[in-house]
Amino acid sequence: MTDNTTRDFDPVDFELSSWSEAFPFDRRDFLKTLGAGIFVFVTLGDLAVAGEQGGRSYPDDINAYLRIGEDGRVTIFSGKIEMGQGVMTSLAQMAAEDLQVPFGAIDMVMGDTDQCPWDMGTFGSMSTRFFGPALRAAAAEAREVLLGLAAEHLEAPRNRMRAHEGVAYMDSDRSKRVTYAELTRGRQITRVLGEEAVQKSVAEFTVMGKSFTRLDATEKVTGSAEFAGDIRLPGMLYAKMVRPPSHDATLRTVDTSAAAAMPGITVVEDDGLIAVLHEDPEMAEQALGRVRADWDRPESDLDEESIFDHLVNEYTDGRASDVRGDLARGEQESSMLFEETYLDGYVAHAPMEPHTSTAQIENGKATVWASTQTPFPDQSQVARALGFSEEDVRIITPYVGGGFGGKTGGLQNIEAAKLAQVTGRPVQVAWSRAEEFFYDSFRPASVIKIKSGVDGNGRIHLWDYHVYAAGTRGADQHYDAPHNSITSYGGWMGGGASPHPFAVGAWRAPGANTNIFAKESQIDIMAAALKVDPLEFRLKNTSDERLIGVLKVVADAFGWQAGAAPGGRGQGLACGLDAGTYVAHMAEVEVDERTGAIKVNRIVCAQDMGVVVNPDGAKMQMEGCITMGLGYTLTEDIRFRGGEVLDLNFDTYEIPRFSGLPEIETILVKNDLVTPQGGGEPAIISIGALVANAIFDAVGVRLFQLPMTPARVRDALARRGE
Amino acid sequence: MRETIEFTLNGEPVSLDTDGDRILLWVLRTDLELTGTKYGCGIGLCGSCTVLVDGEAERSCALPLRAVRGREVVTIEGLAGGEVLHPLQEEFAERGALQCGYCTPGMLMNAAGLLNGNPHPSREEIVDGMEGNLCRCGAHKRIIEAIDAASKRM
Repeated sequence: MTDNTTRDFDPVDFELSSWSEAFPFDRRDFLKTLGAGIFVFVTLGDLAVAGEQGGRSYPDDINAYLRIGEDGRVTIFSGKIEMGQGVMTSLAQMAAEDLQVPFGAIDMVMGDTDQCPWDMGTFGSMSTRFFGPALRAAAAEAREVLLGLAAEHLEAPRNRMRAHEGVAYMDSDRSKRVTYAELTRGRQITRVLGEEAVQKSVAEFTVMGKSFTRLDATEKVTGSAEFAGDIRLPGMLYAKMVRPPSHDATLRTVDTSAAAAMPGITVVEDDGLIAVLHEDPEMAEQALGRVRADWDRPESDLDEESIFDHLVNEYTDGRASDVRGDLARGEQESSMLFEETYLDGYVAHAPMEPHTSTAQIENGKATVWASTQTPFPDQSQVARALGFSEEDVRIITPYVGGGFGGKTGGLQNIEAAKLAQVTGRPVQVAWSRAEEFFYDSFRPASVIKIKSGVDGNGRIHLWDYHVYAAGTRGADQHYDAPHNSITSYGGWMGGGASPHPFAVGAWRAPGANTNIFAKESQIDIMAAALKVDPLEFRLKNTSDERLIGVLKVVADAFGWQAGAAPGGRGQGLACGLDAGTYVAHMAEVEVDERTGAIKVNRIVCAQDMGVVVNPDGAKMQMEGCITMGLGYTLTEDIRFRGGEVLDLNFDTYEIPRFSGLPEIETILVKNDLVTPQGGGEPAIISIGALVANAIFDAVGVRLFQLPMTPARVRDALARRGE
Repeated sequence: MRETIEFTLNGEPVSLDTDGDRILLWVLRTDLELTGTKYGCGIGLCGSCTVLVDGEAERSCALPLRAVRGREVVTIEGLAGGEVLHPLQEEFAERGALQCGYCTPGMLMNAAGLLNGNPHPSREEIVDGMEGNLCRCGAHKRIIEAIDAASKRM
């Protein structure tokens, strides 16, 4: 703890001096803006990954803070955003439990750069893991402050004070009570917690995992939940941009005169940005149709089939990790060797809400309502684009209609802000579905080559793994392979000399879906060659207790029929770990041998995520992962020709639908020894391998490429027995 | 071509003097400032823009304003009876049949249309009836359960 809380303090005398000692900033201006209440600030040290944020109006080394207002309501300020993952609810729940206030007394302010502490972005299943403990510590500290005040107020010993439902009372005489609201009135008290305090406090907590109705539920079922495109400002214009037909196209000529002649249309041509704007979005769309643009386009024969050789050819430098033992020796020790190549195509994020931004500039200050996972990086980007200082740019993040890693680029914010600057009016940029597909940062196509070996006793001795373009998340060995090496060529971000014809980036558990598909398929291939039950083979080759735990739980719940594959059962298994969480899935599938269609009838998933904050919320994420995972597994594959994206809407790009939904059962494996781990991503990582392994069990053919479309299944069936 | 178009919107009469070719979705979202109805694909493929027209689910992104002349339009803002939520809304909220919430208005309106035509659908009929509505978060399982539970209460 960096504040002096051990001695008695005068609650009315707010201690600026101790604050300043804790942090080398002058905080007077910031604190003046806070008003009355009790404030607890938390700093996370290394975890914060705080950038240089000079000139900000609030302390930038603070990662979270909460306020207890004079009305007794608690407000949590967090730079995280709510995009469906339910973190608004789970964070509120954590604070409510440690503060001892009713869940309904919590208000969340999220992703507003003027009100919330700096945050790098909402991704990586990190909100609950890293932000959660800080928040709980802040809540516990606030409770301690309140109990101290209560003891003073009630003239009772401090150690006799208890708290429940926003009321402090004396343990032996409940009539001696005072509400948090009364205690807070007319005071400003601040506390600062450091990382050590956070860690110490976490060990002391006993948060019971209870399920609460989502905080955002009522707004979302009544249509009152506001998204970036729902902002309405006086005089606002809707903008439509001229877009290239292909990422490698360059503009030769453009003629906007016919559009400009339309009544009410404003045309902007500014530094490569060509836009038509109107007060009616349909008129803007019509005007866009009258813009004549000619483009130069290079020829390209790069497509969704040729991309794989291209990636392997382009990426020549690999980086090895997780190197153990000696691969040559591992090969000698193996009685059977397996060399396989796995392919995975480009996949879109396709959130139901396309990228959207509404921007307004007034008195030299820009306000941008953004559909984003990264409000603070967006703030920097917009400031640069406008030539503003960062403190003159405010990003407000309303509800985000799905992100999955795709809402981190912020291009739409720059477009809206620039157009607002040029036109002098508020501007909304709401990408069409086609723009959403075209400018998406796809999950990269990737290639994985594995050489593995087992001995006669069914033990893995060799694991030589080479991954192109997917990175190493999910590639790390979770079996006991003594001779092991993982070599990664390029990563999921593409990078400077990206071999991809368009942007690629994070997609729900970046790289892990691809890596687990290859890895867990390879494991089944070895088990099948040994004529060993795939579950038994896994259990024999791992000593990781958490992995063994989820495997056993899922097998019991599923009713796993032991036996080597193929066994004509259509049952499959895959497992892995991601974001500190272990998952094991089992599935039952049917293969229509005539059409090649796969029907997934049932999926059971066991998950060990450590302490569970909100069991129902965790299950929602597991179900979402499983359902979404079936998309990349069975149907989703971006088709393209060079930089031209051919799938631009849901007619040809097939995401999961109701009819494809299997029976889903989710199980949370109790593990209170581990602090809460990630929940938004882990349960999606195994789905590709899970279904591939079940197909093999059903019909004895192995699919090496995702998605496993009917055509690919038919091809595999035709080659069966060759 | 400007014309006067009258219809009933969430139980109230509306009269608009505008071009009848305009798309209902955008008229709702701009002139009428009812932003609960969402754009998702623009060509009737995802169901985010679903509203009720004379009790049936329709894609407002593919419907010219003229088509609702003299008819009864209900949007997500009109699904509840004042402060009292519709059983579908209650079940969606309580069962967590939503995540990001963007497809939710369309899901609810499509489900309302489904129950208008078939008050007690089987699971298969719910799946069939909801097939054209897309959800990217994967709330499908709970959406089916919520519709089933609501239908049993109605």
